[in-house]
Amino acid sequence: MSVPTGPKVITSRFELADGHTYAGYVRTGGYVSLRKAVSSMTPQQVHDEVKAAEIQGRGGAGFPAGTKWGFLPAGVHPRYLVINGDESEPGTYKDRLLMERDPHQLIEGIVIACYALNASQAFLYVRGEMAHAQERLAQALNDAYANNMVGKNICGSSFSVDVTLTWGAGAYIVGEETALIESLEGERGMPRLKPPFFPAVKGLYMQPTIVNNVETLANVPYIVGKGGSDFKSIGAPTSTGMRMFAVSGHVNKPGVFEVPNGVTTFRMLFEAPEYCGGIRNGGSIKAFIPGGASAMWFFPEHLDMALDKPTVDKAGSMLGSGAIVAMDQTTDMVAACWRIVRFFARESCGKCTPCREGTTWLERVLKRMLDGHGRAEDIDLLFEVSESISPGIAWPPRQTTICPLGPSAVSPIASAVRRFRHEFEHYIEHGRPIDGVESPFATHLVSHS
Amino acid sequence: MSRLTDERVVTAKEIIARFPRKKSALIPLLHLAQEQDGYVAQDAMVHIAELLDLAPAEVYGTASFYEMFKFHPVGKYCINICTNISCQLVGAWNLLHHAEERLGIKSGGTTEDGLFTIEDVECIAACTEAPALQVNYRYRYKVTPESFDALITELESGKLSGEVPPHGTLAAVRQATTEAWSNRGVEEQAQVDAR
Repeated sequence: MSVPTGPKVITSRFELADGHTYAGYVRTGGYVSLRKAVSSMTPQQVHDEVKAAEIQGRGGAGFPAGTKWGFLPAGVHPRYLVINGDESEPGTYKDRLLMERDPHQLIEGIVIACYALNASQAFLYVRGEMAHAQERLAQALNDAYANNMVGKNICGSSFSVDVTLTWGAGAYIVGEETALIESLEGERGMPRLKPPFFPAVKGLYMQPTIVNNVETLANVPYIVGKGGSDFKSIGAPTSTGMRMFAVSGHVNKPGVFEVPNGVTTFRMLFEAPEYCGGIRNGGSIKAFIPGGASAMWFFPEHLDMALDKPTVDKAGSMLGSGAIVAMDQTTDMVAACWRIVRFFARESCGKCTPCREGTTWLERVLKRMLDGHGRAEDIDLLFEVSESISPGIAWPPRQTTICPLGPSAVSPIASAVRRFRHEFEHYIEHGRPIDGVESPFATHLVSHS
Repeated sequence: MSRLTDERVVTAKEIIARFPRKKSALIPLLHLAQEQDGYVAQDAMVHIAELLDLAPAEVYGTASFYEMFKFHPVGKYCINICTNISCQLVGAWNLLHHAEERLGIKSGGTTEDGLFTIEDVECIAACTEAPALQVNYRYRYKVTPESFDALITELESGKLSGEVPPHGTLAAVRQATTEAWSNRGVEEQAQVDAR
């Protein structure tokens, strides 16, 4: 199977022993784009290149970054850039690598973005649990300051900006941009209502704020260095550039891969020798998650679909944060469904009733099935509760809540119960999975909830 | 147990100065307290409230939202075993079960000698290296029952003390406030606040 190839845009230093150091970064072409931007381009020109690149945000929603940057109201200062490094969507593993292995690339992207936005200050918010990434970024920022790449009069220009490194303390919901802003203000990480609190208008300290994902900004040095049209020529016109995908679960060689966006298919990622090299034990795909725990699941009939945003959206799911989880024919779908629902139940911030109560109910009903106490009416009950959280149980999910966390918990229910209803019925009737399926609790009854 | 030491107050003030508003330093200061005592002590929260002009209840109000903050002593080594989907698919529950048997505690518990706490946690962004765990937020990949036992032995013997500091310490390197600090955002926000 031949696979489309492309340049290494953001992972080029991953294999270098010193790729994370200032010396290693500069030796391999680092900070050239920043120098170019502040010495020979206007902020508008930088913004225009990012717009021309048509890069879709890599955090989950896939909103075009250049368009987002354009939402800042003119003439309102101070304005802030917030970098979302709170990577915690189940299955997602790429921002941490970018922060650990090439921290200067991210810092360069941040400073260039601040120049384009004329931001007064940037806040780099890293997930609390990522000690190594925090360390690498702290060292990199200290070195970047010492070399005049951040701070006062950057590269001898009249442009000055500070980057404040900070981190969270364990809360998935803080990955939602308005919750992240609350957390940055020293509050509980509970999302704000939009409108009126669209960050670009009323964000951090009620000032205009752009929130961008780590991977999105890591692409900016390349875009400014080579030009937006060069970036756009990689991948598909509807999903430009290279993109990182983490493929985990039942594959022979799980891994994080930078692939041409929009043209690589799920089958290639699972089967090609340069990627995962097939399903474990020569097995076959029963289902897979195309874009993180919040996404609707896909099945064998979706394998030849390209990882292209509009294509996947139209098929009723999303590429989300580039988190692909493969489940082979032995997977216990009731247990898989329960685990994802349990995640949302644990991580609900508690602000909105449909989410707080609904996710907890769903988790309890699924748990009693697994424990052998399922009731005949439980499948109907799962759908009834799901309806209350997200009426219609459709894609994209309708929201009864302030943020999408609650409605996301409905995705695994809709996916697993609709497709594998017989497995749920079997659990209700017999208290165990169907033949040929392995319970993940073979030596351990579920006791942690 | 204790208020922040003088040395940590200096660090705290540096952190506060990097934000346009004091309260933004709350989570970083709580981490500082946890680094000092291994958990966030009540007196430390009162001290943080003084440093940030907040009521102690506001400090606790924020702190109690976040899973990483502990309000009573935990093990010197907190072992967080991921059981989320990618890890569940390749044996995370068996690993957790093994860890519970090996240490004689249940998830959430601490060993009597105060050395180990285990927790089953949500996704830690190491999905391609499943099953994965963290010891005091330092990763271990593709963990088997055998490699788990070896890890425990190494931690008990103190062999890993350089690599794995006691619970509460995150990054060994801190951001420095240097002369190159421009303070532009702080000054512009002060102008907005004054209006």
